[in-house]
Amino acid sequence: MDPNEIKMMIENGMSNTLVNVDGDGTHFDALIVSTEFEGKSLIERHKLVYSVLGDAMKERIHALSLKTYTPEQWENHK
Amino acid sequence: MSDAKEIIGDQIKNNKVILYMKGNREMPQCGFSARVVQILDSYDVMYETVDVLADPEIRQGIKDYSNWPTIPQLYVNGEFVGGCDICTELFQSGELETILKPA
Repeated sequence: MDPNEIKMMIENGMSNTLVNVDGDGTHFDALIVSTEFEGKSLIERHKLVYSVLGDAMKERIHALSLKTYTPEQWENHK
Repeated sequence: MSDAKEIIGDQIKNNKVILYMKGNREMPQCGFSARVVQILDSYDVMYETVDVLADPEIRQGIKDYSNWPTIPQLYVNGEFVGGCDICTELFQSGELETILKPA
């Protein structure tokens, strides 16, 4: 699976979201900055991303490492 | 299927800290499971592990139980804490120590 395809799925499935995905075809690392994460716990954030990826998460993606930030957290992190 | 759910419910209820993983703590079969074992071993805490590779029904069952698509999965005091990324983040921020303290 192309990392770009994952990037597109997340960007299309969530609003106000910036995504960067690296990967080797089965293992991926995603960095996601989104206003949709505001007020959400880490579990809720990851579940949101998993729900956007749907069946791809079960079948085509073997492993996806997630880093999730709100825009404010990302500003402080940089 | 409902059997797996019942077994998992009992495991989580009867073990304050329980890790669903691939392999066991001596020989993890996946880098992500290995990382969470390493994190837990860095604390002075007793924990149980369940090897999902040993039982396909538990492997699928825990994903359904938590509504979470990946392994490993850590439960503390009956609460789902998260997978490898979340455990790593909570470890780095020091929050995991607070979560494990009452356990």
